[in-house]
Amino acid sequence: MARVVIDVLLKPEILDPQGKAVEGALTRLGLAGVTSVRQGKTFTLEVDGEVDDARLAQIHELAGSLLSNPVIEDYVIREVTA
Amino acid sequence: MRVGIVTFPGSLDDRDAARAVRIAGCQAVELWHGDADLHAVDAVVLPGGFSYGDYLRCGAIARFAPVMGPLIDAANGGLPVLGICNGFQVLCESHLLPGALVRNDSLHFICRDQRLRIESASTVWTSEYEVGQEIVVPLKNGEGGYVADEATLDLLEGDGRVVARYLEVNPNGSRRDIAGISNARGNVVGLMPHPEHAVEALTGPTTDGLGFFTSILKGLVDA
Repeated sequence: MARVVIDVLLKPEILDPQGKAVEGALTRLGLAGVTSVRQGKTFTLEVDGEVDDARLAQIHELAGSLLSNPVIEDYVIREVTA
Repeated sequence: MRVGIVTFPGSLDDRDAARAVRIAGCQAVELWHGDADLHAVDAVVLPGGFSYGDYLRCGAIARFAPVMGPLIDAANGGLPVLGICNGFQVLCESHLLPGALVRNDSLHFICRDQRLRIESASTVWTSEYEVGQEIVVPLKNGEGGYVADEATLDLLEGDGRVVARYLEVNPNGSRRDIAGISNARGNVVGLMPHPEHAVEALTGPTTDGLGFFTSILKGLVDA
């Protein structure tokens, strides 16, 4: 069983109103010095068998089409563990 | 004239869209998301709602539904397609239209009667309007902020592909007050407000929305 972890974040130039709301709340709750909060998504895939190059390429493909929208988001495959 | 209306799991406005199509004098044909067949319709409406619960991103899962395969091919071949609200989101996710729709800048779900200005009468869905005509139709969305990079926005403006713009107030932070756009050919239109809810005096604030559905009739008859 392998695990693949993918992070998806809005591109820096896209307004993130949820992040802004969280930023305001953190400041109200007394955390000083917060200059920016961006809210993203994490996908954790549990995969049977081995994640070889072919499978990883397939995961990249789907991370860039289904899991993220390249018009507004970037993705990073943060972790691949066997 | 047969106009297909696609129902996805979570579609909400498919019945109103079908009703608008009938009031405009066309035959409404129900299309099912899981059926990869357009049943020889002459045009398609992707209705509003919350397909797949808006999970992942609005329209992102619907975009891969079986019916979308033939629909994307047909749209690229010139089939008239109107995406309203969630349908607009599906069209952007399908890359039939550029850009994307993101969370309203206010973070609030907005529901109001919205004044719009028609900016293009040269699409198959807006030929019954005059450029500059002002209309009022319902708007109801949580993720209606239209975004695209500056080059894309300039291209849309330069090519006359901004179909409608918000007047009086920008309800969701859309770039350049954009409420609707078309593809280069003018057969695919995405619109965030809801013309299908403004086709009858009894149930709508106006009947200003009917023109979208009568335009298609005119376009096909002329062709």
